[in-house]
Amino acid sequence: MVPRYAILAGGESRSFPPGDPFLAAGVEPENAEVLVLLGGAPYRPDPAKAAILIELGTECLGVHTGEAAGEEGSNVLGFARWRNGDDPPSKLVELVRQPRTHETALAAARAVLEAAGLTVAVCADQAGRIVDRLLRPKLNAALRFLDEGLASAKDMDLTCRLGLGYPEGPIERVERGGLAHHYDVTRALFEVYGTAAYAPARRAVVAAQRRDRTRR
Amino acid sequence: MNDQTAIRTVGVCGAGGTMGSGIAIVAARAGFRTICFDTRPEALERAFQDTVAFFNKSVERGKMSREARDAALGAMSRTGELGALAECDLVIEAVFEDLAVKQALFRELDAICSPLAILASNTSTLSITEIAAASKRPERVVGMHFCLPAQLMKLIEISPGLLTSEETFRKVWAWAETAGQIPVKTQDKPGFILNALLVPFNNDAIRLVEAKVAEPADIDLAIKSALGYKMGPLELIDLVGLDTQLRLCEAFYPITLDPRAAAPPLLRRMVAAGLLGRKSGQGFYRYEGRAMFGSA
Repeated sequence: MVPRYAILAGGESRSFPPGDPFLAAGVEPENAEVLVLLGGAPYRPDPAKAAILIELGTECLGVHTGEAAGEEGSNVLGFARWRNGDDPPSKLVELVRQPRTHETALAAARAVLEAAGLTVAVCADQAGRIVDRLLRPKLNAALRFLDEGLASAKDMDLTCRLGLGYPEGPIERVERGGLAHHYDVTRALFEVYGTAAYAPARRAVVAAQRRDRTRR
Repeated sequence: MNDQTAIRTVGVCGAGGTMGSGIAIVAARAGFRTICFDTRPEALERAFQDTVAFFNKSVERGKMSREARDAALGAMSRTGELGALAECDLVIEAVFEDLAVKQALFRELDAICSPLAILASNTSTLSITEIAAASKRPERVVGMHFCLPAQLMKLIEISPGLLTSEETFRKVWAWAETAGQIPVKTQDKPGFILNALLVPFNNDAIRLVEAKVAEPADIDLAIKSALGYKMGPLELIDLVGLDTQLRLCEAFYPITLDPRAAAPPLLRRMVAAGLLGRKSGQGFYRYEGRAMFGSA
């Protein structure tokens, strides 16, 4: 049986934007086994709930729960639906657990999300989780190759589509999601990992600087 | 292109291997006389049987007529004598990925083939310019990197070395298009486009497993679901072989010094343990069975 869930909304959610059917299916918090905190809604521990899901941006779950030398974990999980910039959210939910996360909480969270037709991948509480941690360095490399003249953007994209069966190449993907968005994500990853692979690529820096200039 | 310089006969070195046999299928299917060379007669014979099975399956699936199959098979010949490639207009090598091996082969081909013949390397990691340096015709040496399985994948990365002539580049580009392939141009840099993006990406996925960020199945699921890839990185590594991934790392890293290209310790341990992926029955996943793509 799928646990009932309640939505506690702060600001707008990147995982469940307005109109998403997941929002309408929530019940009142007192009737829910699972709480879903969206858009920065404040977290308060509630051990009576089967699970509490906190929507994450680029931050780790530990920012909300605190950490305890590798012993952290409770009925609280983090999650985010992966999005490429302002594209609609993908079906993927990265469900973030801590070392001592209760297995019952994980099962309840998974049940709620899968019942909503989403695909759940479980990961540890690391910056970038799975997709951004793997994808962003590759997009950085493609942007660098473009600068270095390895191949044209068109040929790089075509190579990835034909050679690897990707639905789109790295340049078209990063440009569609927005180079400034790529900058924001990679800057957050670079702050945590400090390795060149995550350092925002030149073209992303340029895009972010242009965005910031127009905001002033 | 005038008749004197047209490519009519194609030689494939290493045709007993997976890549070489796939390239030979591409050439023969397009109507080129195709001479398959390999020093291992048993590998050549096995590749030929796989090729027959592939063409039969293509007929069954309605992708090829019986006449076209018979013509393609009729265009193919097998040899263990390098001298049989003397009449080739284009020789494509897909031998062991080692600079000295490829250079030695090109030296021999220099002496055997017509001065007008083009020598192409299917290398995925080595420098075309360095391979060409062993040849007396560096202007007629070019990179032609096919994708596995070559008989199904349309892409060819075509890379001119520093001394490759425009004419050579144009001729192989035209040949690729005539053969029904889709060429892209890349610089002569380690991994060209495909492997330069893929090898570090795959390593990053292995590092996520090693760092216990997620299980292989969750990593593959996340990548396929979020990005629409047909295979996850760990499924792909299992397909190409963990030993191949390790060899690619060892070819790239000393040249690029890119930390993402360095072999992750877990990859080394798995290769040492014989966990090579599909070919050994276990890598990041467990498997059963072996068959050429498109033949089963």
